Amino acid sequence: MTDYLIKGASVLGGEPRDVLLREGLIADGSSSGAEVVDADGLVMLPGLVDLHTHLREPGREDAETVETGTRAAAMGGFTAVHAMANTEPVADTAGVVEQVWRLGTEAGYCDVQPVGAVTVGLAGERLAELGAMADSAARVRVFSDDGKCVSDPVLMRRALEYVKAFDGVVAQHAQEPRLTEDAQMNEGELSGRLGLRGWPAVAEESIIARDCLLAAHVGSRLHVCHVSTAGSVEIVRWAKSKGWPVTAEVCPHHLLLTDELAASYDPIFKVNPPLRSATDVEALRAGLADGTIDVVATDHAPHPHEDKDCEWQAAAFGMLGLETALSIVQTTMVDAGLLDWAGVAERMSTTPARIGRLAGQGRPLEVGEPANVVLYDPSVSRVVDASELASLSRNTPYAGMELPGRVVATFLRGRPTVLDGKLC
Amino acid sequence: MKKHLLSAADLSRDDAELVLATAEELRSLADRPIKKLPALRGRTVVNLFFEDSTRTRISFEAAAKRLSADVINFSAKGSSLSKGESLKDTALTLEAMGADAVVVRHWASGAPHLLAHAGWARSSVVNAGDGTHEHPTQALLDAFTMTRHLGSLDGRRVAIVGDVLHSRVARSNALLLTTLGAEVTLVAPPTLLPYGVEGWGVETSYDLDAVLPKADVLMMLRVQRERMNAAFFPSVREYSRRYGVDARRMATLQDHTIVMHPGPMIRGMEISADVADSERSVIVEQVTNGVAVRMAVLYLLLGGSQPAIGGDDA
Repeated sequence: MTDYLIKGASVLGGEPRDVLLREGLIADGSSSGAEVVDADGLVMLPGLVDLHTHLREPGREDAETVETGTRAAAMGGFTAVHAMANTEPVADTAGVVEQVWRLGTEAGYCDVQPVGAVTVGLAGERLAELGAMADSAARVRVFSDDGKCVSDPVLMRRALEYVKAFDGVVAQHAQEPRLTEDAQMNEGELSGRLGLRGWPAVAEESIIARDCLLAAHVGSRLHVCHVSTAGSVEIVRWAKSKGWPVTAEVCPHHLLLTDELAASYDPIFKVNPPLRSATDVEALRAGLADGTIDVVATDHAPHPHEDKDCEWQAAAFGMLGLETALSIVQTTMVDAGLLDWAGVAERMSTTPARIGRLAGQGRPLEVGEPANVVLYDPSVSRVVDASELASLSRNTPYAGMELPGRVVATFLRGRPTVLDGKLC
Repeated sequence: MKKHLLSAADLSRDDAELVLATAEELRSLADRPIKKLPALRGRTVVNLFFEDSTRTRISFEAAAKRLSADVINFSAKGSSLSKGESLKDTALTLEAMGADAVVVRHWASGAPHLLAHAGWARSSVVNAGDGTHEHPTQALLDAFTMTRHLGSLDGRRVAIVGDVLHSRVARSNALLLTTLGAEVTLVAPPTLLPYGVEGWGVETSYDLDAVLPKADVLMMLRVQRERMNAAFFPSVREYSRRYGVDARRMATLQDHTIVMHPGPMIRGMEISADVADSERSVIVEQVTNGVAVRMAVLYLLLGGSQPAIGGDDA
């Protein structure tokens, strides 16, 4: 195994120093024989961990596969992703989660940690065999019906209680189904004008409030997926002020884009939860800065061209996120003075790894720790070209947009998955 | 005018007045024995209907034919539930057939916008009703009808009553009539007004009786009975009592006030038979005017000041 001496990296944005990667670990001592990587001007962060990724395999290999999705992840600086359960078949058995986990290991671009479905077939009717998934080779700890809400309060309560037995967490897609039937975009003045059915903030906030109360009542860990409204931030802040075991994530697109984009009727901007108002964007940034929102998660959602090249109402929800996440966080948080690089490391690596109970990820950049690192150049900028993405799909909302920063290298346990900005 | 007519917001006041003036000239054609002009000879107009609407299609068909255009009716079945051929492939087909204008009716809000801007086809696109978004030629024919009865719409008060939430007619009228200087009041139970309607720059009211004596135009909108199943209102009877117009309410209108309805009407629900058939009712005239206004729109989008032959902007 090749050793790497990373020279002059600004670790977490601090003073430049050399870091030696040897035998899969961050090491000290002699660097003789190590390949030198010039990291002058580059920021070193622990390998990023995504709590919310759709890899689409099995079932929708026309949109993404574990291999293409993890290549995209590596290009985005990730060393671990949580693969959501809404595949075909649904990841609601030990068999499916082990398949996804094995595919990830074989691909080798980053750790793939499957998320297990909370309910059988995501149908919201009865619990999936959560314990079997937890005990499987995939060692599932995060359970989610993402894409659908566990809306039945009794089922949600039981799920929260049940996963305590193996230190699991339920990641809720907070969307009250009756309030969002056929919903197409954020409910606001614009949805009324455009004649697109509204997805009101209250449909998210009411479920979050309920689930926070349930989590407190039964003493279980709750994780709230893709928080998108100012009200949701307030509710999570309130729950945390009570000391309740609640964590929350925000997606990069919700930190940057607003519902005004729907006026184009271009479904590239159709996503669930929908893009919200500028006020919501401000509140999400503030919430991420002050720690109310614990992590940034991509909700990377690949779709084939034909599912986006159609009427808004007929189009699929979701957008790509892995390869642009760090750039969006730089532009919305770091460059805006809301977060330093240490804060980015915490919200995109340390904390998501802790929530997902990933032992070897999100560790400090210290001697003896696993060599999961990313080198990032914040000084350059690029115009996003959808055709250049490693993902199999092309549905990025940022095409043609100039974004700061570039992932120069990603190391997974000392082995480069990306070097000189290219996949290895 | 712009190349497409997708929203009533696409029309400046000058544009709208030009359409209305052109329609006035073209309307006289209806009284002639030979109802045909050569203006769009050799041009192809496609009526692309993803949703059934016999009256709107016939109106556009008559308009195009009276201008000597070739008309192709393309009924594309399929709904949001059962997807048929994609909008893109349909557009590519029409482009290959050399359509100059595509008149599109679609169940999805924004479909005409997509057709105009996705780069699939070069033809002009006329929105003939998209989802719950807009129906700009209906608004133009409504404004045309109002103008014929009331003259300038400056300062005129128009009450639009009914299911505003689901109405593309209301959206287009609110935009166009405001452009033309009218004061629009949307009247509906709060459940049937769109979220955020305060930002539309029009008045709203929940009280029909308070609005009637001040209105110069009373425009009734269709209300589907099924809406009560989704709790928009408790019953047909209660809806009619609060928001339907009958002889008693009609008696509170000013003498010159006209009553309109885009059709199809549900007599006994939003409008009683004696109102629909009264002297004030211009509902049948709206249909006649629809042809003239659609002729004007097609003429201005396709021919306009340019010669009908050799004016292709491609």
